[in-house]
Formats: sequence, C-alpha cells, structure tokens
Amino acid sequence: MKVKVLSRNPDDYVRETTRDIHRVPRNYDPTLHPFEVPREYTRALNATKLERVFAKPFVGSLDGHKDGINCMAKHSKSLSTLLSGACDGEVKLWNLTKRECFRTVPAHEGFVRGIVSRFCGTSFFTVGDDKTIKQWKMEPPGYGEQEEPMSTILGRAVFTGIDHHQTGETFATCGQTVDIWDEQRTSPIRSFSWGVDSFSCVRYNPVETELLASCASDRSIVLYDMREATPLKKVIMKLRSNTLCWNPMEAYYLTCSCEDYNLYTYDMRVLDQPVTVHMDHVSAVLDVDYSPTGREFVSASFDKTIRIFPKDSGHSREVYHTKRMQHVICVRWSADNKYILSGSDEMNIRLWKANASEKLGVLTPRERMTRDYNQKLREKFQHHPQVRRIARHRHLPHDIYKQRRELREMKDARRRKYVQPSFPFSCHCFPCPSG
Amino acid sequence: MAATMEASSVKPHVGKKKKPPKRYWDSSTEDNEQHTKKSSQDGESDFNEENVKETQESQNADDGQAYSISGSQDPFPGDAPIPEEKLKKFRRVEKSKGTSGLRSKLKEAIKRSEVESELAQKQAARFDLLLPEDAGFLEGDEGEDTCTISQDDIADAVDITSGAKYFNLHLSQFGPYRLDYSRAGRHLLLGGKQGHVTCIEWQTKNLMSEINVMETVNDVKWLHNEDMFAVAQKKWLHIYDSKGVELHCIRKFNDVLRMQFLPYHFLLATASATGFLQYLDVSVGKEVTAINAKLGRLSVMTQNPQNAIIHLGHPNGIVSLWSPNQKEPLVKMLCHQGAVRSVAVDKTGTYMVTSGLDKKLKVYDIRAFQPLQSYFLPAGASCLSLSHRGLLAAATGDIVQVYRDVWGTPVTKPYMAHRVRGGVSGLTYCPHEDVLGVGHSGGFTSMIVPGAGEPNFDAMDVNPLGTQKQKREWEVKALLEKIQPELICLDPTQLGKVDRASWQQRHEERVKALGYDPLAQDKFTPRMRKKGRSSSGAVEKRKKKVAHEDQRDVIRKTVEEKMEKEKEQKEKKVAAVGAKGQRSALDRFKK
Repeated sequence: MKVKVLSRNPDDYVRETTRDIHRVPRNYDPTLHPFEVPREYTRALNATKLERVFAKPFVGSLDGHKDGINCMAKHSKSLSTLLSGACDGEVKLWNLTKRECFRTVPAHEGFVRGIVSRFCGTSFFTVGDDKTIKQWKMEPPGYGEQEEPMSTILGRAVFTGIDHHQTGETFATCGQTVDIWDEQRTSPIRSFSWGVDSFSCVRYNPVETELLASCASDRSIVLYDMREATPLKKVIMKLRSNTLCWNPMEAYYLTCSCEDYNLYTYDMRVLDQPVTVHMDHVSAVLDVDYSPTGREFVSASFDKTIRIFPKDSGHSREVYHTKRMQHVICVRWSADNKYILSGSDEMNIRLWKANASEKLGVLTPRERMTRDYNQKLREKFQHHPQVRRIARHRHLPHDIYKQRRELREMKDARRRKYVQPSFPFSCHCFPCPSG
Repeated sequence: MAATMEASSVKPHVGKKKKPPKRYWDSSTEDNEQHTKKSSQDGESDFNEENVKETQESQNADDGQAYSISGSQDPFPGDAPIPEEKLKKFRRVEKSKGTSGLRSKLKEAIKRSEVESELAQKQAARFDLLLPEDAGFLEGDEGEDTCTISQDDIADAVDITSGAKYFNLHLSQFGPYRLDYSRAGRHLLLGGKQGHVTCIEWQTKNLMSEINVMETVNDVKWLHNEDMFAVAQKKWLHIYDSKGVELHCIRKFNDVLRMQFLPYHFLLATASATGFLQYLDVSVGKEVTAINAKLGRLSVMTQNPQNAIIHLGHPNGIVSLWSPNQKEPLVKMLCHQGAVRSVAVDKTGTYMVTSGLDKKLKVYDIRAFQPLQSYFLPAGASCLSLSHRGLLAAATGDIVQVYRDVWGTPVTKPYMAHRVRGGVSGLTYCPHEDVLGVGHSGGFTSMIVPGAGEPNFDAMDVNPLGTQKQKREWEVKALLEKIQPELICLDPTQLGKVDRASWQQRHEERVKALGYDPLAQDKFTPRMRKKGRSSSGAVEKRKKKVAHEDQRDVIRKTVEEKMEKEKEQKEKKVAAVGAKGQRSALDRFKK
C-alpha cells in the first residue's frame, strides 16, 4: 500500500520571526476564486465611490491683487512661479509652493492686457491699455533700486495680447493688427491685418514655431506664417472667439473658446469643420489652456466655473466652482500636469488639482499599486450604468443647473423643428486672397 | 509510463565513471523528473511526455542561440515551455474571431487586452508549476483493492499528525449529528438532533464551546468565519458565537431544516419545512427574500459554489435551482422517480450528483443540463458530498463509500469504504484537508481520504494558518467586497460581457430622440449641373432614377427566382412527356 496524505508543516506557511513579513502563499487556480467578475465589479463600484468621496480639488487661493485678474502666465523654467496681471495695471509674481507674492510691479496704467515669460525665463513682457509693451527682469530689483522695465516700447494703438516665440528673439502682439517684433527694435518687423479692426489673442504654435494663430473681433480665426508677408488662412465662425490655444503634442489642433458657450477644436489643415465641439458651459468661454500632455484642456467661463475636457470629447469630465469665485477670466494648466490655476474677477487666483481625487505628496508603493489597480477597475467597468452614474455625478450651483436644463430644452426644440440632420452651426473657410 | 521514463533518465548516470561538474540546469532537469513522477501518479502522463519532449527538443535546437557570459551555450534557450493543459486551465475568454468590421480604435483596444490576458494566463500557468504541495493519493499493492484498506491501516502508515486526523467521537446520547467545517477548515461544528451543539478546533482537539439548546437541532452552519454560527432549531433560527452565547433569535425564519452559507454574498440561505426558501443577509441582519417553493417540505439543499445558485431536492423527484432574484425556479430538473434524498455540486460548478429513493445515483452536467452517468446503489445513498478534487462520498446506511471520478468512465468499485457506528446523517469534506467528516447516530467520525483536498490554498482567499490580525483584515476586505444578491445568476461572468440587446434598444431610443437614424444611409441629392440641366424637372427625373433602388433589387431578385422556378417546372413537364413518348393527335380523346 502506498499512501500520501496532505500534511502541511506550519513552518512553511508562517513567518519565522515577528520581524519578518507574513507569508502569503498563492494559488491562481480559477476554481479557488469564484465570482471573479462580480467581485471585481463590486471593487470597481467601491473605487468609484471612494473617488467621489476624495474629490477635493481646491488646494488654495492666492490673494493680494487689488483688482480683478486679467491675465496670467506660467514661468517657462520654474514650476513654482506664476505671473499675473490685474485690471489696475499691477503685475504680481507668486511663489506657488509658499503661496505668497514675492514681487509686485506697477506695470501699466489701466489694464494689464497680456503677460508672457520669455523662453529663457530671465525676463517677461507685459502689454497694457497704455499702449506700451514693457520688458521686465524676472529678478526683483536690488535694495534701493527702482522698479523699472528693461525696455519700453510705445505702440500706436492699444495692445490686447502678447506671445513670445519658442526659441527666437521675436514676439508677437495683437491689437488693431497682429505685429511681429524683434526684441532689439522699437518698431514691428511685420504687421498683419485682413480687413479687421481688432484682435483679441495671438498664440505661437509650439511645434511649427513660425506659425501663429489669432482670434479677431470679426468672428474669425486667422493663421499666419511669420516668414511670409500675408496671412495664411482664416475661418469665420458664428460668434466671436475670445482666446485660443494650440495642442502642445499634436500641434496641428487648436482649440478656441467661443462666445456661444462652446469650445471648438480645429484641425489647422482642414478648417472647414471643427474636429470637435466641446459643449457644457452656460455662458461665454473666456479662456482655454491645454495640459502639457495634450490630452486634456481646461476652460474658464463667464458662468463662474472652470471645466476640464478630454481633447476629443464633446462634454467635460470635470467642473470646478466655489461659492465665492466670480467670472473666471483666465486659466492655466501647470507645467507638471498636476495643477490648474484660475484667475477670476474677485481678485483671487485659485489653485486646483487637475485630477480632483488625486492624493498629493509621496505615495508608498502599496498606495501607488492600489491607486493603479482602482483606476484600471474604474476604466474596465466605466460603462456599467451604476458605475457611470456615480462617476458622472457633479454638484452644480442651482442657477447653472437651471441654465443647463434650459439650454438643453432649447436645443431639443430646435432639433425637433429641423428634423434633418445638420451640423449645429455653419462656418466658412477662406483661402488667403493673395495666394 | 512513469517507470519507463525513470529508467531512461537513470541509465546514463550508471554507466559513467566520473560525474561532470554540477551545473545549475542539472538540478532543474532533476526537478523536472521529480515533477513528472509525481504528476504521472496523478494520471496526467500525457502532459509529462510533452514536457520531456519539449526540453529535449530545446536541448537539440540550440544552434544559433544566445551565449551565456561564461561562453558556453545556453542549453535551454528562450522561455521555458508551458504545457498546453496548464494554459487551458487559466483560459478565461476565447480569442476574438473576427475584428474586421470594427473601428480601428476598438480593434486596438481588443488586441491590447488580448495580449494582456494572454500574458496573465501564461504567468499563472508558469506559477502553477511552482506550487509547493502535491495532492495525496492511495494506491493498493498488486491485486489489492484500495476500498479494502481500513482507516486504521492508513492512520498507521502515515505520519503522526496525519494519523491523528482519523478519530471517532462517541456521542451516542444526543445523536444523530449534523456537522459543518469552517471555510478555513480548522474548526468543526457539530449539532446533535437532541440539542447538543459543540464547536471544536478539530486538529488540536481543542473544545471551544459546548452547549445544549434543549430543543431539536435540524442543522448547523458556520457563518463567514469561526466567530459565529447559525443553528436551525425546532422553531426558530438562532445565531451563536463561538463561546456558545446566543446572539440572535431570528423569528422570521421558522421550521428551518437545512441551511447553506454563501460566503461571497454573506447570505444564509435556509430551507424550511413549510416549503419556504429564505435568504438572510448576515452582514446587515436583514431578510433578503422569502420564496415559497410550493413543492412541499424542503429537506434537501445544496449550493453551487461557482454561481451561488441554491439547489433544492423535492419529494417528487425534482431538483430545482433558485436565485434570490426570482420567485420561480430558474431550472426544474426531473432527476429521480422517487424522492430526491441528497444533492451535491462539485467545486467547478460543472457537475451535480443526486441520489433518490429509487436507489439511483445520477450525475448531471449542470451547464448543459444533461445526464452523464447513472448508477444503481443497492441500498441507495442518503447523504452525498463532493470534495474539492472531485471525490464523491456517499453514505448508504452506516457505510460511507468514496468514489473517484464518477462523471468520467463508469465506476464499478468504490475508492474507499468505511463503516461507522450508526446511520449517517451528515457528510462533509474538510476544506484544504484530506479528511471527510461523518456525523452519525453514534457521534462523529473523522475519516482520512487521501487525495480529497486541494493541496495549495490561496492565502488571499482563505488562510487556514493566518494570524488573528490577518483574519481581521480579511473580514474587512471581504465585507467591502460583498457581492450584492442581485448579481446572483446562472452565469456569473455575464456581468463582464457586452449587453447586445440593450445596444439595439439604445439605438432605437437614439433614433427616437433625434428624429432620424444617424447610422442610416444619406438620401440621394442630385449634383448641381450647369447649363440649365438642374431645372427642377430634371432634378426630379434624376431622383427617380435612383428612387427605390434597394427595393428594385429585391424585386429583381424575386422575379428572377420566379422565372427560374417556372422554367424548371416547364422542363420537368417536358421531360415527363418525353418519358411517355411522342404525343399523338388522338391522345386528347384518352381518358
């Protein structure tokens, strides 16, 4: 007779000393793990609920401005520095880690319309209502020295925006025309106009660095090549767009924030139709900025909220608002992809997490693993109605909620009236008159 | 098979005078041989053949392979081969057949997930080779039947700790006994018909508590851990803790005869003499549902461990399958001509074994609902139990018989047999052990059944050797992962599949909401033409050309078919006439 009976030596299964870690023998046999899918589903549901529980996006606010914030700029080299310009002509430089202002510059008379950091991070440019472009040193002046600009250019008309070239010594401003400036000269090296009276925003393309795009007050978006004498293309929309931003990774896409409550993403090569229309705001969209990964962007609106959109989704994945935040004028996505900065009418700059439920600080390996696992689970079961309902739920202020409902009803009514499938708006693309 | 292979692998070592220096792969081949030996005893010889062949092949085909740092060739280039059988064990989903009609984004996602699941499958299969323990076995000598080997002989032959697992408890006063092992298999709960309830840490023989409830006890069951158990008493259902203190008396559950605990759902399912099947959520203490089975007294009950469906046996020979979400049985199977005496479902949820008053023992495939085997037992089996590795224990009177592989080839002889001191009333395998617990009128017998238990437990699921802290943590995790009773259905993987019908529904809803079908083809709009050819009349004409194009196709087809049919009939007629011969003018006067 041959016989063997299971007999486990506890020494093989129990840790040797109390300082040791516990032994966890595994067996991945599926029959030992019944209900795989329902258990995973339950975990996914729990993970989704916890995500909503931990969604506390507001990190802090920077107060100190004496008037509404009109423009903001990221420092091109330092993550922790932020530049902001207010409606009273004051420019403040902020240390984000300490959340304090370390320098105040009385830059302009009237509004500061635009602010941009030079690519090297040693100086920054501001434009204001007093028709000047000023270049400032990034370092504060020494003890006893006067706060003075490095250089000042007096223009012919009011400037409304400014952007600096990625690597070269040129920058672009917009006002009544789009001007390209050399840093060394006091007159523009090139001026573009296309029968338009004024422009509201100009942005350099981050990849094709000689390309520019601008928003004009005649409801158009115009593309330029800096090396040519005439503009390239333009597209006319139904309503005026306020600002635009290039996708930093796929730099042929640009997104513009429009007065008709929507954002439009265009492919630079095919301007006939927008690639995506991003809806959800209930008032004019005032500013837009892409995340450095190019997968998402944030938009600020007159309806006192900021929203985060995935780049190819028609609706936002997140909405941030507080009781005290008024019309949000400008918004920026930090260069480390973790934070969002919003400047609003009531003189505060707010710091938000880009991912509302993210835990800040250093994560232990186990925490990281749990986070990744939960994320995967949420992704896997995202289309289940129960999970989706919880994941999508957001609290909105009552008037925004009401306005959204109203807008939806209006849209439905319009759809019922015109049953034929048609695009929700029309636009016309023009080639450049000169070729 | 195993013997010949051993011989071949041993031969070259015998003839050699000097052994070459031992290299790291030598030990691995030895391991391989050991492994083949072990598993061939389990009856998996075909896999070994493959494994050995593959290693030999890889040894031969090493030309043009990578060299190790020391300069010598790698004798086993590439990844170690994984036997197909092991891979099959971990296969969750079939590979998608055609992705041609899908969008590229979806295609990519499917491809990526397939690669991932294949990797997981391979890793799991590879890990399976490294499991530390092997299953038990019992083999007779030449001409010796394993069923004639007595428990005493086995207990003598094995080591002391294993031998101590065969023992008898003489409890003749309050019997017959029902029993239950805790999920980890360390604790035993006994309930005598006359009211004696006791829980024992059976391996150390440590008595945890002993009470007499002074009432009839119909059934006993551990709840999710060994801190609480449920006792079905004469009138109500009672919950006690491991010290024997009564925690609850649940008056919603009366006349309970049998109980089953669903560990992942935290549900206690009870079957009562009044014909009700009730579910109690033990985590919140609420009744989930009460279903009137309308089939009389419910004294036969078991659960399918794979999908948490309750199987009930009825006096008219029917076995019915129940979930808490439906007031009607999911399935009703007529299994026996007399009453059903006992039902058991195997660990994989594939097979169901039933025994009835017609003295038959039947095996069903409960995925396809088809009978596989039917056996005739002269005395009929009163209790059945299936072990993790598929050994069937059947009690006939006071004899417990253990059968091996009842669903494969027809079995003629039992694997083991044992006579106990009285009529058997409860029969349960101990999880993770080679032990069968038998409750009978003379007390309790713990039997050694080699090869019954799963040798390698998973500590993340249940850990028999876990510390207090680990147990506590497990409890919290398990409660967080409690599956809702609404998710109990015949196929538990259904939740992870695409709901196709609802897509159709959604599409219809979309069409309704939009007022048009966004996926439908566009209406034909004639192109603009110059020189006056786009006058409204001309446009209408052009439109008419393509109007009802699809309908025309259908009509054309049907007409063609009709024509063909007519032609055929005509030909047939002509052929028939031709067979008769030439028609003459006088044929018309024929009658």
